[in-house]
Amino acid sequence: MNEAPAAARPGDAAAAQAVVDFRGVTVGFDGPPVLDGISFTVGPRETRILLGPAGVGKSVLLKATNGLVRPDSGELLLFGEDISRMREHDLFPLRLRTGMVFQEGALFDSLMVRDNVAYQLIQERVPDEEIDSRVREALHFVGLDETFSLFPGSLSGGMRRRVAIARALIRQPELLLYDSPTGGLDPVTSTTIIELIVKQRDFYRTPSIMVTHRLQDAFLMCTHRFDNEAGGMVRLPEGEVDPNTTFLMLNEGKMIFDGSLHDLVHSEDPFVREFLE
Amino acid sequence: MALETIDRAAKHLVSTVQDFTLFAMRALLNLFSRPIYWSDLVLQADIIGVGSATIVVFAGFFTGGVLAVQSAATLASFGATAVTGRFVAMSMIRELGAVLTGIMVSGRNASSMASELGSMVVTEQIDAMRALGVDPMRKLVTPRLYATVVMLFFLTIVSDFCGILGGAAVTVFMSHQNGTQYFSQAYEYLRFPDILQGMVKPLFFGLIISTIGCFYGMRTTGGTQGVGQSTIKAVVASSVLIIFVDLLISTVMVSIFSR
Repeated sequence: MNEAPAAARPGDAAAAQAVVDFRGVTVGFDGPPVLDGISFTVGPRETRILLGPAGVGKSVLLKATNGLVRPDSGELLLFGEDISRMREHDLFPLRLRTGMVFQEGALFDSLMVRDNVAYQLIQERVPDEEIDSRVREALHFVGLDETFSLFPGSLSGGMRRRVAIARALIRQPELLLYDSPTGGLDPVTSTTIIELIVKQRDFYRTPSIMVTHRLQDAFLMCTHRFDNEAGGMVRLPEGEVDPNTTFLMLNEGKMIFDGSLHDLVHSEDPFVREFLE
Repeated sequence: MALETIDRAAKHLVSTVQDFTLFAMRALLNLFSRPIYWSDLVLQADIIGVGSATIVVFAGFFTGGVLAVQSAATLASFGATAVTGRFVAMSMIRELGAVLTGIMVSGRNASSMASELGSMVVTEQIDAMRALGVDPMRKLVTPRLYATVVMLFFLTIVSDFCGILGGAAVTVFMSHQNGTQYFSQAYEYLRFPDILQGMVKPLFFGLIISTIGCFYGMRTTGGTQGVGQSTIKAVVASSVLIIFVDLLISTVMVSIFSR
């Protein structure tokens, strides 16, 4: 399915309920626009996987979603509020409702893992005992209980990403944004990270956008679910995919695909075919 | 072609000055609205003030000594070595204490601010901070600005004091003059405008060091090489601006007080 309007997508909740709603958003810096008239929505409980080659504007789109990058034109609704022309000061309360995992983790080097994960709670002056217990809970979720008192410099790349996920989850956000969470990691560590994202998706059902250029990660998310009893990801029965996990594809600043896994693998778009092959 | 280049460069310069002015204004005004990060301000005061104390003490002491050595030789030809104390004290308090401290602190702290904030920018820590609902201007820039202004004021006093002591050491132990005479000369001829001039300058210099350091740090692009570039620009721009503003303040003060 090429260039499908988001509102017409099967299984989508009404656009009015969308957590994120891009309406013809254009973003440019010095030169041609990086994002050109982008439109799509993220509904409640929906996970959108944003595919595309490196340097195509995926991270810019993700940063525009919570106002870190400002659109030149178009409307961008986050939790129903148009943030495209909102002042930075007014964006902070909305950002508190989102969790973001950056490409390299973006942990604060001078702070311990505990303080990194609890960063928002510390700013809100939550009592230390509560902070400790919530940080331990978040670190347990990502399987890094032992890193509580360590500094980010002593963690591996994969551990840093997992700490970043714990930091994004600690306030139980209403929207999660993952910027290439498996980029540059080995396959085993990548699977661990994807398992965490699937666990989060199936546990809390938080809507999310995940940027990646790794197809194997995207397909893994679609074809697996988290089994609490098994304590890990299990494959869905043959022919079944997670109905709430759908795809977007960017190329040369334009959204060239918006649809399900089935639509993606059967797409006739030459670029999509080339990307998949 | 040449006109286009000049046009582009001029626009870039005006745009940078405009951005810098807005940046400095925002950083200054943040102290008058919530949230204010007092603990960060105290931490920065410790890093900037206490951390720079040693270099300021030594730089001040040796500068005072050099002034005494050089002036004693010149003054001796007029038979006026007795006024060495007056010369050293005036030079340190009105001019050298503030300027040298400003340049020393600029070398140490404008570079550290630019590189620290620049590294945070290129590793997306600044974006992460914004995404976590914290304003980096309030959290990182405003505390550095006020900490630098306050601590540079006190560091300048320390530098002035050490400079006068350094001059005294040279005068007494090398030129074999009377110490009491040196200190009475140093004290008696000091007037309010001299002190005022010496105390106003560090306030402006502190503003220059912190805003320039943070401004270049926050505008860093281009990875680790960009961090290096920002650091160089911050130190060069703040040092040159300190000397230029020193000239302006001295001109204004001398014209007001005729001294």
